[in-house]
Amino acid sequence: MKEFVLIFRTSSTPSAPPTKEQAEQMMSSWMNWMGSIAAQDKLASRGSRLGITDSKVVGPGNVVTNGPFTEIKEFINGFMIVKADSIDEAVEFAKECPMVTGGGGKVEVRPAVNPEDNN
Amino acid sequence: MASEELIPHLFRTEFTKITAVLCRLFGIEHMEAAEDIASETFLSALEIWSYKGVPPNPVAWLYTVAKNKAKNLMARNQTFSKKIEPQLKRSSANSEEIEIDLSEKNISDSQLQMLFAICHPSIPAEAQIGLALRVLCGFGIEEIANAFLTNKETINKRLYRAKEKLQQENVQIEFPSEKEINKRLETVLTTLYLLFNEGYYSESQDAVLREDFCLEAMRLSYLLVENETTNQPNVNALLSLMCFHASRFEARKDKNGEPVLYEEQDESLWNKELINKGIYFLNKASTGNEISKYHIEASIAYWHTIKTDTKEKWESILQLYNRLLMIEYSPVVALNRTFALSKTQGKKAAIVEAEKLQLSNNHFYYALLGELYKGIDNMKAKCNFEKAYALAKTQTDKQIIRRNIDALEQV
Repeated sequence: MKEFVLIFRTSSTPSAPPTKEQAEQMMSSWMNWMGSIAAQDKLASRGSRLGITDSKVVGPGNVVTNGPFTEIKEFINGFMIVKADSIDEAVEFAKECPMVTGGGGKVEVRPAVNPEDNN
Repeated sequence: MASEELIPHLFRTEFTKITAVLCRLFGIEHMEAAEDIASETFLSALEIWSYKGVPPNPVAWLYTVAKNKAKNLMARNQTFSKKIEPQLKRSSANSEEIEIDLSEKNISDSQLQMLFAICHPSIPAEAQIGLALRVLCGFGIEEIANAFLTNKETINKRLYRAKEKLQQENVQIEFPSEKEINKRLETVLTTLYLLFNEGYYSESQDAVLREDFCLEAMRLSYLLVENETTNQPNVNALLSLMCFHASRFEARKDKNGEPVLYEEQDESLWNKELINKGIYFLNKASTGNEISKYHIEASIAYWHTIKTDTKEKWESILQLYNRLLMIEYSPVVALNRTFALSKTQGKKAAIVEAEKLQLSNNHFYYALLGELYKGIDNMKAKCNFEKAYALAKTQTDKQIIRRNIDALEQV
């Protein structure tokens, strides 16, 4: 069993904040999706959502800029880690992510590399 | 009360108190000596009360006899005097007399400290539960063996090894330091949780004994809540969970002792007082930032005290199961989550989720699939119940599954 990191890339900044019902609906579909993976004992870490405001990018020479900029096409707004036998299985999990099914963005699936892996 | 009724009653309540106080005084390496003195005290009571009659204050009589027996032992035995006398000199410099403090305060302190000593991470959970049942709850070896569906010899060996290990590890009978207390409390709570479950879900046929296990787990949790240092949110959450479950004792058995499933229970038999206590402790648990699995399980148990099915009820239960699974995976929770999903999103959606679980050696898994396929594909339902029947180990489980197969055959 290997670990795969699911990286959530959102491509749309909603024009209006969601209503209370929409937010609740959103929350429960995310929880149901994560719960489904956890019910299969395939959730390695629930990861974290990543904030946008108050974020910085630090470059060489101590150059600190604001960012990431939400105006750019896509930005990462969270990640979590699943356990799967293959990349295909991890992709199946990603297909059901509310971000994908709801059309709000993409999920990048990346294998976590162990020191003993040679790739 | 005549002595033949009174003694077993006092045994259950006083044996553990005497043992805890003496054990704390002697040190954990002399747990057996403490138990022996407590046992001998009751033997004396049995002998003397039967011809002299029961004394006016039986508890005080027991304490006096226990104290004398302890003092005699200490006077006789070199190892004891070496170990204990320096301590006593520290505590009461001028007194030659050995003080054995059987005050209420010292009893509950001793019991709590014993609880921490017994629930030590160095010994396996099974042994912790066994020791707690023996030393803190006063159950007989035979009763413990009966509950674990094993024999006296196995339990004796298990307890012996556990005592030996506690001695090797030099476990002290004391409150853990402030730094350690949360971590140690975690182990204590796990043991109490397992002790309660042992009673609630045990396969043993002795229903009265099983309820006693639950009540003892509740009493020990209550001791923790009563103590300022250990009155933590997760302890209150655990006690709340126990109250909610215990409220259904009456309702989950019919008059022949056959199990009654939740759906079919007569809710007027649910114990309102315990439900209210559960709510009280759940409210007390809602302080601080940590949400333990006990909080979540208590909240699920709370929703189950409301019999009427509403969308809100099942949506809340589903979300709680989702969170519980994210804290800690367990097959039972995964199955319960899937059942809750069938209540909010319908059986078809739940079947898709259930098929993913692949718990193919678990009879509850097939029983759930059977339940979900009912009314959708009765052939598949029956087929799954039959798989469940073949895998089920206990009579109770087989009985319930059989009822389902029979009902489907009549469709």
